[in-house]
Amino acid sequence: MSATLLPEAPKQQKIPKVHNPKTPTTTKEPLIVQWTLIGISVAFLSLFLLLPLAMIFISALQKGVVVYVEAITNSEALSAIKLTLLVVLIVVPLNTLFGILSALLISHHHFKGKSLLLTLIDLPFAVSPVIAGLIFVLIFGAQGLFGEWLLNHDIYVIFALPGIVLATLFVTVPFVARELIPLMQSQGQAEEEASHSLGASALKTFIYITLPKIKWGLLYGIILCNARVIGEFGAVSVVSGHIRGLTNTMPLHIEVLYNEYQFTAAFAVASLMSILALLTILIKNVIEWRSKEVSS
Amino acid sequence: MTIQLENINKHFGNYHALQNISLQIQQGELIALLGPSGSGKTSLLRILAGLESLDDGNILFDQKDMVALSAKERNIGFVFQHYALFNHMSVFDNIAYGLNVRSKKRRPTKEHIKAKVMELLSLVKLEDFAKRYPAQLSGGQRQRVALARALAVEPRVLLLDEPFGALDAKVRKELRRWLRKLHNDYQITSIFVTHDQEEALDVADRIVVMNEGRIEQVGTPVEVYDNPATPFVYDFLGNVNLFKGCLQKGKLVNGDFSLAIPGAEYQDLSATVGYVRPHDMSIDTTPSDSNIAATVTHIHTIGSSIRLEMHRADTNEYLEAELTKNNFELLTILKGDTIYIKPKHLKVFTPEDFSI
Repeated sequence: MSATLLPEAPKQQKIPKVHNPKTPTTTKEPLIVQWTLIGISVAFLSLFLLLPLAMIFISALQKGVVVYVEAITNSEALSAIKLTLLVVLIVVPLNTLFGILSALLISHHHFKGKSLLLTLIDLPFAVSPVIAGLIFVLIFGAQGLFGEWLLNHDIYVIFALPGIVLATLFVTVPFVARELIPLMQSQGQAEEEASHSLGASALKTFIYITLPKIKWGLLYGIILCNARVIGEFGAVSVVSGHIRGLTNTMPLHIEVLYNEYQFTAAFAVASLMSILALLTILIKNVIEWRSKEVSS
Repeated sequence: MTIQLENINKHFGNYHALQNISLQIQQGELIALLGPSGSGKTSLLRILAGLESLDDGNILFDQKDMVALSAKERNIGFVFQHYALFNHMSVFDNIAYGLNVRSKKRRPTKEHIKAKVMELLSLVKLEDFAKRYPAQLSGGQRQRVALARALAVEPRVLLLDEPFGALDAKVRKELRRWLRKLHNDYQITSIFVTHDQEEALDVADRIVVMNEGRIEQVGTPVEVYDNPATPFVYDFLGNVNLFKGCLQKGKLVNGDFSLAIPGAEYQDLSATVGYVRPHDMSIDTTPSDSNIAATVTHIHTIGSSIRLEMHRADTNEYLEAELTKNNFELLTILKGDTIYIKPKHLKVFTPEDFSI
């Protein structure tokens, strides 16, 4: 009998797009309650979020555009911006790499001390950034553990770029890893196993299978990490030494300006950081919206 | 390809998941690993595939040791219960994956890959679905894509982990017929894991019945069904009635009833169990000295056969009998009637049977 046991495949049909109609609410509050609740939320948000944000831009532009432009283009401001971006360029890729590796390790392998590793990854969330900075001073500072040796070899960690990078790295370790671990644990690794059984190497499996599976979560983690690297104040403040034009990042530069009563200049640089923050939130929302689109 | 397993052991923590598993599989056989959940059947399959490590033992494919090789190097096809399709790839790319990831030297040309994928798509009757994504397919279609993907690399052995477990009854039946036909056409050595005895009996050349990390019995479906080697196999393969009692002078004494067991004339056992399949029960409406009185508590009609549930007053136990519609109509039994039953075949396991 040559007749096939399976029914013929139906001709390709168009799959109708299912529109999710808004589910009707069975319990509806009276109009007055609705408006009161909305009013309270809007008032709260305006007072504590929108007003301060607006104040930053108003104060920054108080003395005119010329002063504003001068404040963010003078050599000290430029060097702070450059230093901040340099730290971002070093720290974000490193923490992305660490995040991916630790998430792969924790979600795809069983080993002793797994929960210890998880706790260690969470540690920077629990430790105050100032203490994080102090730890590095105690290790690498002139009176610190390796201080003398470093001095003898002309290596500068504290009050220099390496210290700032180390402190920022420490503070932002959890961001990518913490985003990826629950995601990868919930996804399981059947696809990866299928890929191996089909003859793909570990690297090819990661590139073709794992990366596409985690890409939105990964981007989200990178953006959060990025935002924190730009804004990190406490830990960096301890290790940087506030050397103008050399070891001041943007938040430190703002503090210096503010302490010297240069409010307009301080707010000008602050406005620049706010723009970066707003951009980050925008990208984050686009990603959240995209990943929802993909998963549904 | 022949497969030889020698003394395989596996622990998960303190749990001895596989205990001295040895098994020989001939070229072109279709083997079912059958057992309840936790019996170690999936672990054994994953160890064969190289997806799980083993504590000690040997795996030989065509006399070649496989233990040191990774899943990537064993050239096996693995089909997962929940398909494990690559959701971000089209059906075409899913099937082509195993060929596309080969090193440049071993990779076929684009045209060759395309021809191979189209051939496999027609084999699984999904020619029109090449551009679809897994999310747009039904469960049965997804599992066919997974099979085509596994076959694309021309594996030496096909391993299937509960391949039809997530599908509904009708699709499951269709697919297992189709797997049988595929196996007949291609003669690729295949091993599938299932907890569904009907599936194993229906599809496999030989069944390996597993329980608590051990192999209970290996044999053809007829052998394991008709001559179960252990009480577990009797219980697991199909429904069974238990007659708990003792063996006295070659007779099983159970409640008010006793029955001679041929071949056990010289055995005395204080506690034993007789096993009887529901379709091996003869039913009468009149009493005699060698049958048991029972009250009919329930009558099910399942297609062409009738299943009776009965209650024995003497031992307060429930029994099950299966008979054809014709027989049932001749007997004119109603719910609540008292009927008289007698086991046609009763199997008792004596201690010698266990000492293998």
